[in-house]
Amino acid sequence: MLEGGTIMDAKMNKKELLKEITAVHFSLIDLHLYLNTHPTDQNALVSYNSLVTNARILKENYEKFYGPLSYGSYSPYPWQWINEPWPWECEANFKLCGEER
Amino acid sequence: MWTYEKFLEYPVKIKKPNPKMATIVVAQYGGPDGELGASIRYLSQRFSMITPQAIATLNDIGTEELAHLEMVGSMVHQLLKGASIEEIEAAGASAYYVDHGRGVYPVSASGIPFNAGAFQSKGDPIVDLTENLAAEQKARATYEYLISVADDPDVIEPLKFLREREVVHYQRFGEALRIVQDHLQEPHLFIMPKTNFSK
Repeated sequence: MLEGGTIMDAKMNKKELLKEITAVHFSLIDLHLYLNTHPTDQNALVSYNSLVTNARILKENYEKFYGPLSYGSYSPYPWQWINEPWPWECEANFKLCGEER
Repeated sequence: MWTYEKFLEYPVKIKKPNPKMATIVVAQYGGPDGELGASIRYLSQRFSMITPQAIATLNDIGTEELAHLEMVGSMVHQLLKGASIEEIEAAGASAYYVDHGRGVYPVSASGIPFNAGAFQSKGDPIVDLTENLAAEQKARATYEYLISVADDPDVIEPLKFLREREVVHYQRFGEALRIVQDHLQEPHLFIMPKTNFSK
């Protein structure tokens, strides 16, 4: 996990940033399901809310350089949503371990 | 409603085409225990579900299954992309190729197009949640069979992730069932309730 300071500092590698976003987003999905059946677990809720902030910062940073990831995000001119690659393409995804191609 | 996130829930990065693997991984796209059926099952059942916890569980797991559908579709796409006609023929994938080319189509590994007959939405909370526990187990078993015949780590990693999610979903549905049983003050016994005509 990245420190709050380094996230904001410089233009990060696109794949590295996407990897961070994917990881935080997944934690949110898993905690979301857990909280549905454990709505009074205060520790889990604290973790969830802090991850929400983290995910927002990471996504905003990515979108500033590489275009919108979801509906409701700003786009520079020209409209960036149509930019390739789409997520289902090999080249859109980061490698789990080892060096990036 | 839904919005789209322009990234996969978990990365799919398959460098080596494998048409044979494509025609069996597609089972989890459109087969009887696949992600499409799972998603439509839960998103349909939620309309008649009871208790806030169980309704949210169906809504959110049904949504996550759509992200899994996209992952499996990405796998099939990448396994077929760049495969030559010779490779497709040698892999025994000609039947799929004739019907769908290198496209992604919801079909089972044995070639049966997606069929909603593989799942239920019964309008009864206990019945639906019980079905879902079985559904998650069936999907887990399918992923284990797929992992046992796969040899490319790029294919195995996303399959392992998807298998793990079935285990988590099974746990959440178990909790939801317990909450609904408590709400209905049903005894925690594995028996069928007596109906009026059998009393």
